[in-house]
Amino acid sequence: MISLRFLSIVLLALFSFSVSAEAEKVLNFKSEVDQVRYHDLISELRCPKCQNQNLADSNAQIAIDLRTHVYDMVNDGTSDTEILAYMVARYGEFVLYSPQKKGVNFILWYGPFIILGVGLIGFILVIRRNAKRRKQRTKG
Amino acid sequence: MSEGKNSKMKKVALFLPFLVFALLAGVFFSQLGKDTQYMPSALIGKTLPDFSLVSLETNEVMNKKDLGEQGFLINFWGTWCPACSFEHDYLMKLASEGIDIVGIDYKDETTAAIKWLDEKGDPYSVVLLDELGNFGIDMGVTGAPETFVVNAEGIVTYRHQGIVNEQVWQEMKGYLK
Amino acid sequence: MLPEIGHFALILSLFFALALSFVPILGYIKKHKVLMAYSTPLTHVTSLLVLFSFIILSYSFAVDDFSVLYVSQHSNSLLPFVFKLSAVWGGHEGSLLLWVLILCGWSSAVAYKGKTLPEDIRALVLATLGIVTTGFLAFLLFTSSPFVRLLPDMPAEGADLNPLLQDVGLIIHPPMLYMGYVGFSVAFAFAIAALISGNLNSSWARWARPWTSVSWAFLTLGIGLGSWWAYYELGWGGWWFWDPVENASFMPWLAGTALIHSLAVTEKRGVFKSWTVLLAIFTFSLSLLGTFLVRSGVLTSVHAFAADPTRGVFILVLLFLFVGGSLLLYAMRAADVKSDVSFGITGREAGLLINNIVLVTLTLTVLLGTLFPLLFDALDMGKVSVGAPYFNSVFSPIALVLMLVMAIGPLLKWNRTKLDILIKQLIFPCILACVLTGITLIWQKFEWITLVSLFVAYWVLLLTLIDWASKLGNVGSSWWQRAKKLPRNYYGMLIAHLGMAVSLIGILFVSVQSQEEMVRMAPNDSVTLSGYEFVFNGVSQVQGPNYVADRANISIFKDGQQVASLAPEKRVYQARTQMMTEASIDAGLFRDLYLSLGEQLEGDTWGLRVHVKPFVRWIWLGGILMMIGGFLSAMDKRYRKVAGATI
Repeated sequence: MISLRFLSIVLLALFSFSVSAEAEKVLNFKSEVDQVRYHDLISELRCPKCQNQNLADSNAQIAIDLRTHVYDMVNDGTSDTEILAYMVARYGEFVLYSPQKKGVNFILWYGPFIILGVGLIGFILVIRRNAKRRKQRTKG
Repeated sequence: MSEGKNSKMKKVALFLPFLVFALLAGVFFSQLGKDTQYMPSALIGKTLPDFSLVSLETNEVMNKKDLGEQGFLINFWGTWCPACSFEHDYLMKLASEGIDIVGIDYKDETTAAIKWLDEKGDPYSVVLLDELGNFGIDMGVTGAPETFVVNAEGIVTYRHQGIVNEQVWQEMKGYLK
Repeated sequence: MLPEIGHFALILSLFFALALSFVPILGYIKKHKVLMAYSTPLTHVTSLLVLFSFIILSYSFAVDDFSVLYVSQHSNSLLPFVFKLSAVWGGHEGSLLLWVLILCGWSSAVAYKGKTLPEDIRALVLATLGIVTTGFLAFLLFTSSPFVRLLPDMPAEGADLNPLLQDVGLIIHPPMLYMGYVGFSVAFAFAIAALISGNLNSSWARWARPWTSVSWAFLTLGIGLGSWWAYYELGWGGWWFWDPVENASFMPWLAGTALIHSLAVTEKRGVFKSWTVLLAIFTFSLSLLGTFLVRSGVLTSVHAFAADPTRGVFILVLLFLFVGGSLLLYAMRAADVKSDVSFGITGREAGLLINNIVLVTLTLTVLLGTLFPLLFDALDMGKVSVGAPYFNSVFSPIALVLMLVMAIGPLLKWNRTKLDILIKQLIFPCILACVLTGITLIWQKFEWITLVSLFVAYWVLLLTLIDWASKLGNVGSSWWQRAKKLPRNYYGMLIAHLGMAVSLIGILFVSVQSQEEMVRMAPNDSVTLSGYEFVFNGVSQVQGPNYVADRANISIFKDGQQVASLAPEKRVYQARTQMMTEASIDAGLFRDLYLSLGEQLEGDTWGLRVHVKPFVRWIWLGGILMMIGGFLSAMDKRYRKVAGATI
């Protein structure tokens, strides 16, 4: 009884093994960190020829070539900053979907928080004006 | 008195949204009809990157220093590129006027390239093979045809994406000096 | 002959719209009741004419009349019939006609529903809508007529609809989207009418509220459909790309959300009157800005229409007249508004003010990110790109702040809330949300930003439900009776807020836990991802109605049991010889299995992209909840009664 069950399990295992072989990954990385780095990089870099797509989401030839370059550099142990600098040197800052935090770009990066701050100051002013009005009314 | 000043300030403040909008509208107007595809090259004003590529004619490895001392053009082309065959006639004309054009056979097969040059004529002073497109990436190329101007000091001064014709050449030739 | 009739109907409609823009206003100035009363019939006639020409254009598509240039560019005799009809809005001209048709639809709805409005207000509102209609009809007729003929050399076959658009999601996405952002024109028209008449009391807000909620609901649906479409049709498994065109529809949504809330305060409490008017103008201006950005070619996007500078100039002029004109009107009139209602820092008014500040900040963030490359270029500083990484790191934290306060808002009372009671109400959900976050932490390791988001999601869910429970109370009739007594308006809010939390959970999990692998597959090869085994059974050739496809067959197993069989395709559409990847998805509440077929590598070996996307459906589920919330709150009984009482 038990042996029959055991046999069926073995058979099942054998069967499933013979049916499917493990597929080969198209890209192999030295570590999981590298894989994450690669995916982050190709989604942060813009395809220079496309309408508005990152390297990951484009089928354009140049996007495929640049993906390969990023892959090679990641596997060679090149750092993220070096890879980004490599791309900027060749294709300009245009390829960065996340513009560098320098110069006028400060407006872009910190503008929203400044707007929020201004809004909150406005909020406090409104509340204070309100309190004053209340006081006046209770006096009057 | 401060009340009056306050209300005047308030009145001015109410015009702010309009002013911001008017500015923005001005920006939009200046942007209308601009070519959004146009992308300036990152290499302008920099020296030509070094390379070692095999020459189609001599099969020898060549570097930057093997190229001309005077200004020259670098033209990326390929037999797979339909626009390149449109451009070819004009390049022949430029070559006949004595313009030094370095051809980069970009991501192409050598036999097809030889056949192409035999049939259509060869406008290039030298043709270098960039089979993998690595030099193309060093130059920030996104496809073919693309043409760079390198001046006598070896500095990249101009880049044109697309076909070179009479009009483009008039714009381009000033950068050769 | 028919297309000429359609064209003629459009020209005629322009004249009626023109009359609609002047006659009622003249009536208003002269205090002439008959002239003002013309507004209703003029609106209906304009709408009928536009509808008529729209039907004719649709008919031209249905019968493959390729002598019409627009039809020949966007259809093909092989195109399936439904797609022929949706191809009507597959290009610039037809979609603009749809835009105008929907604007007319909203105008007629206002004319019909607005019988109870004061005469002068109705006249001004309809005239304002008439002015907008006139502008866009002129734009349509002078720069983008869909009825231009190709005679006598009519082509035998059309160029076909872009394969990306040959899809169910895209049949309904544009109409819903336009219903939404064109619908904000109604709130805009009420605001303008209030500014012109000087009647800036709270009544305009009451009238505008249901219209705004309905438009917002449609816009939510439209954006949701767009995102869903991008997810399964583009083949990359992404659901939001922060593309300028997506942002163009997202900005009016954000501003519209703020508007819904500020209309509520203005109606109920008579505060923020001038601010709400400005917000109504701002929201519709963003709709117009979106239309400009998509159709003028100033921005680079995958989804933009083919650009033409004359169109750009025309639409910019319209933008300047409508937005500039209304902002000037605002600047001149809003100073007269006096508010004498006061409230404390713990009042619901203050809470809604915070809501508005944060939402407007979010809107301006998207605006800044979208226009920054344009400004940069205009100042000749070169080319920059602003994309997803920027928005993820700037927009997301501010949005989290919004959701944090969103949950507290409903607990606040008008004027002032007793702090000790409020804190008591908050402590328990806060602790529970922390505990729940902690529990999730055991199951999965997260970064801090994800943890905060998760906390916020639990926080919103808990507080919203607790608020409901406390509003239900526990005295009197049965639970169900008490639940029915709460106004629809309240349920609208409740469901929409829950929807936000549901979407947030979806966004969180899909961005943190998605698994993706690109593999090389020969028949019988398999790959395992997130516990699912994908077995490749090979590729076969299939013939579709207007395409040929390579269709892969993949069986998916979990724990030895087959759970799904998927068939991603690579299609070549014949008319344009355009290649398309057609992803195949096994959808589930807790995970999607998403496959897209890559290139044929050699022989029978193919590249295959395998995704496992947990909770991705929750993003759209939340959207559906928000949409239901919007419709529910617009259906509140109050609006009907109140509208009748104002005569």
